This record gives sequence, C-alpha cells and structure tokens, in this order.
Amino acid sequence: MSAGHLPGGPAGRLRALVGRHYGGRAPGEPRAVGYLYLLPAFILYAVFLLFPLCQTIWLSFVHWDGLTVATEAGLDNYRDLFRDPVLRDSFLHALALLVFYAALPVAIGLLLASVLSRFRVRGMTFFRTVLFLPQVLAMVVVAVAWRSILAPDGLLNDLLRTVGLEGLTRSWLGDYTWALPAVGAVGTWVETGLCLVLFLAGTQRIPRELYEAARMDGAGAVREFFAVTLPGLRAEIAVALTLTMIAGLRNFDLIYITTGGGPGTSTSVPAYQVYHRAFEINEVGSAAAVGVGLTVLIFVLTVAVTRLVEGRNTT
Amino acid sequence: MTSRFERVAGYGVLILFAIISLTPVVGILSSAFGSQSSLDTGFSLPDGLNWGNFADAWTRGHFGSYLANSVLVTVVVVAVTSLLAVLAAYAFGVMRFPGSTLLFYLFVLGLTLPQEALVVPLYFDLRHWGLTDTYWALILPQTAQSLAFGVFWMRTYFRGSPRAVIDAARIDGASSWATLWRILVPMGRPAISTMVVIVFMWTWNEFLLALVMVSDEAHRTVPLGLAFFQGQHSSDTALLAAASVLIALPVVIVYVLLQRRFIEGMLSGSVKE
Repeated sequence: MSAGHLPGGPAGRLRALVGRHYGGRAPGEPRAVGYLYLLPAFILYAVFLLFPLCQTIWLSFVHWDGLTVATEAGLDNYRDLFRDPVLRDSFLHALALLVFYAALPVAIGLLLASVLSRFRVRGMTFFRTVLFLPQVLAMVVVAVAWRSILAPDGLLNDLLRTVGLEGLTRSWLGDYTWALPAVGAVGTWVETGLCLVLFLAGTQRIPRELYEAARMDGAGAVREFFAVTLPGLRAEIAVALTLTMIAGLRNFDLIYITTGGGPGTSTSVPAYQVYHRAFEINEVGSAAAVGVGLTVLIFVLTVAVTRLVEGRNTT
Repeated sequence: MTSRFERVAGYGVLILFAIISLTPVVGILSSAFGSQSSLDTGFSLPDGLNWGNFADAWTRGHFGSYLANSVLVTVVVVAVTSLLAVLAAYAFGVMRFPGSTLLFYLFVLGLTLPQEALVVPLYFDLRHWGLTDTYWALILPQTAQSLAFGVFWMRTYFRGSPRAVIDAARIDGASSWATLWRILVPMGRPAISTMVVIVFMWTWNEFLLALVMVSDEAHRTVPLGLAFFQGQHSSDTALLAAASVLIALPVVIVYVLLQRRFIEGMLSGSVKE
C-alpha cells in the first residue's frame, strides 16, 4: 500500500508540521502513546517472566516443601551449592560439559573454516543446510536418536566391533566414567554446525587482500590462520561462544532423557537438579537457589566472553 | 593459488562432517521405516518402506492427539508473540519516551535467562490459579519468553527502517497506528517471518515447561509424548523413531524452505548493542 492512500487532509499535514519541532515523536501522536503500544507485551512479560524471576530469588532464601508453610533459610540454600557434594558436582559437570558444548565446537569450527576459506566451495548451501540441521531438531528427538547410537548394542559399539576394537565397547550412557563425555559428545554434535556456519560467513567478510598480503610475506597456512583468520573472526567467535555456552548450561532435555543424571549422579547438571529438587524431592528453596546460581553463571560467562574475545571497546 | 590437495582435503573434511551430521538422522529414518519385530536397537537398513510404524505411533502411541495439542499451542504462541512483539518493538524502535531504555533492557534480560530460573515459581503460580493441565499453562509462559526475542529482533528492524518513510507518512497525516500497519509491517515481512519461524521452532520443540505443567495425557505436546513413550516402551525402537520423525518433520520442512531465516534468527541470539 502506498503512502498516497493514507487518511488525513490539510489539517493532519499542519498538525504533523507543527509536531516536527518536538522531533523523535511517534508519527502523528503525543509521545505517551509509546506506552500504549508497549503495554500488552509488558503485562504478559511481567506476569509470566519478571514476576516469577523475582519469586525464584525469594524462594532461594527459604526452605519449602511445596505444601506447608515456608521457613526462613537465610543463605543456607546458597551455602549448599558449595557444600552439598551432589550440587557442587552438578556445577562442575556443567563446566566440564562446556568443553564439549563450546570449546570443541569452536575449535573444530575454526579449523574447518580456515581450511575452507582458502578456496570457493561449491554446493555451500547444501553443506550449510546439513551442518546446521542438528540445531533445529527438538532436543528430545536428538536424545532419542543418540540413546540408541550409544546403547550397548547400538551403532557406536557395532562400529567399534567392526574395526576390531571389541575391548572399547561398553554401555556408554551407563558407565560412571564415560556417561558425561558421551553426553558431551552429543553436545559437540549439535553445536559444531552452528559454529562452522558462523565462521564460514565470517571468513567471507575478511578482505581477500589480507590473505594475499600474508601470502606475499611468505606466511604458511598456520601463520595465515593466526595472523588473518583468527583476528578477523573475533566477533563471530564471541557470538559462537556465547550461544554454545548458554545452550550447554541450559541443557536439561538431553540429560533427562539419556541418563536422568545417572548413573548415580555422574551426569547430573544444575538444570537437571532444578527439576529434580523442585518436582521430585520437594526441596523447592534449594531448586530455586540452583536456578539462581545457574543464571548468575550464565551472565558472568557471557559478559566474560564478550570482554575477553571482543575487547573492551564494544559497549 | 590453492593447491589441488587442499581442495580435495577441504571437500573431504566437509563431506565427513556432513555424514556425521546426518548419521543420527538417517538412523532415525531407517528405524522408523524398519520392521517392528527387529529386536536390535542399533541401526539396520529397512526391508522396504514400512508405513505401519507411523500408523502405530499415531493410534497406539496417541501421537495424533499430541500433534493436535502441539499445533494448537504453537499457533497461539506464535500469533500472540508476533502481534505483541511488533507493537512493543514499534514503540522501542521509532518512539522516544521516558524509561524506554530501561524497559527495553528488561525485555533483553529474557534472552539470556535460562528457563530453569523461572519454571519453579511458574508451576506453583499456575497451579494456584488453577491453570496447570490446561493449554494456558503452556501458552502464557512460552509467549512471555518468546517476547524477549521478538521484541529484541523487531526493534532492530524498526530501528533500521528508513526514517524518511515514517516522516512522509506523518506529513500525510497518518496516525502511528496506520503507519505501522500500512507501511512498516508490509515492508518488514522478511524480519517478521524470521521471528515467526524461530518462535515456531522454539515452541514446537519445548520440553521442560510441558513436563512441569502437564500431568494429564489430554494436554501432552509431542516432545512430552515422546519422552513418556520412551520411558514406557524404550525397546520399541521402530515406534520411537516413527514418533521422532513426526515431531521433527514440521520444523525440518520449514527449515529446508527458509534456511536463511532460521540461521539468521538463531545466530542473532547473542545480544549486542
């Protein structure tokens, strides 16, 4: 529809011209109208997001079983994050999983992107679609698929047997040592495509002349990577780390379906403990404290990454 | 320029990663079309296309009704989020009013906030209001959480929309309402469709909220249905796989068609000002 069809006559035009002096106003309305546009979204957001967030913080300072009257807990629930070995381990597991969810995918993505940036890849759209695919699958579906791959008679063990590594086969998700790396590997599978797609887009923005200059100076592939590709991808690395770390720390669906935190508590993570404590063993206050702890961890890591990777000049 | 060896190695690595990416997907597909009697939980090539598993998942697994629930919840969440996000982002993007920066930051907060920080009180609130085991318990919190992304994403669009167009509309006497719906929304179709597909995917795939809010079978969404089904019949690989395909298919189809919108939207998730 073109602007010519819009209502309003000379009067409207005059009003608009007068209104111009106030600058930055809403089109043709007093500025307070902004609040009206905002109101419906804000009400919903406040009731179902901001309000529960405040309640979580309040709950983290009480002992409550979900039924009877809550009692003051002071900092007990937070102290437990460090004292209770199960909770402490959950946070340590989450940090260990970040190696699989964030560090490995970024490293693999960088390596591949630097190889692929050296020539024009044909069929890039196809590869991009395939590599990014794990990102759009429901985590529940990913979990079901990998559960069967990692099962005692699943594809992974079949492969190991075929190549004669019979001795390495095991019940990957039922093994105290291997369950956490096995779940982590699924994370690597999900996140690597995202990193690669980001970095490939990034390398295309790096000016060709920089590569040519590096080659004129006799830089090999390795020098070229550290001198041109890596600095050129700073912004993308920050984005990739942020997204993958958040995904890794929010990781509930995968753990719930593949291992349920087990065997024992060897794959328990904070996201799982929030659910377990609030809805399975009725320690609501403790669950809230874990939720707050997880949120703080996410914010701290996100800010740290932005500061470290992007430098301080980006506010 | 680049050596032949580098090219071959490059393609080799790409193909290897593409195979790794696709293996679990192909595995699911092959068991979904495989025969139900095979006890092997590993992958085996199916003996022909076996649609029976889908029929079974639909009726015996009740995935027909789970899909209906998922469709209902997703349609409402996407529609309400899109409408409210466009309105709010319009205010943030083109109007100036006191407190707008603070209010905008409140919305952006929701982008990095893990659901685990909300779900516990949400459950007790909604139970108190008598809303657990209703569609509202799935729709309202998911709309609120999607608004964080919607408002952030659409504000970027409104900020980037040409000022001259808005000014021209104003000079023609158009109200802010008319300017939004007759000019900015039609112009912003690409940005809006990105928001729609992202919110669609998130809502369709949501699991934790459904797990907490829904205990009766009548309101189960597909991801929740799959989780329960796998808890009860974990050996029934063929049926599990067929159900997985039913869940993944709608999102994958939209993804293949609108790949760029998906990638663009999902990569914007990290906030930058």
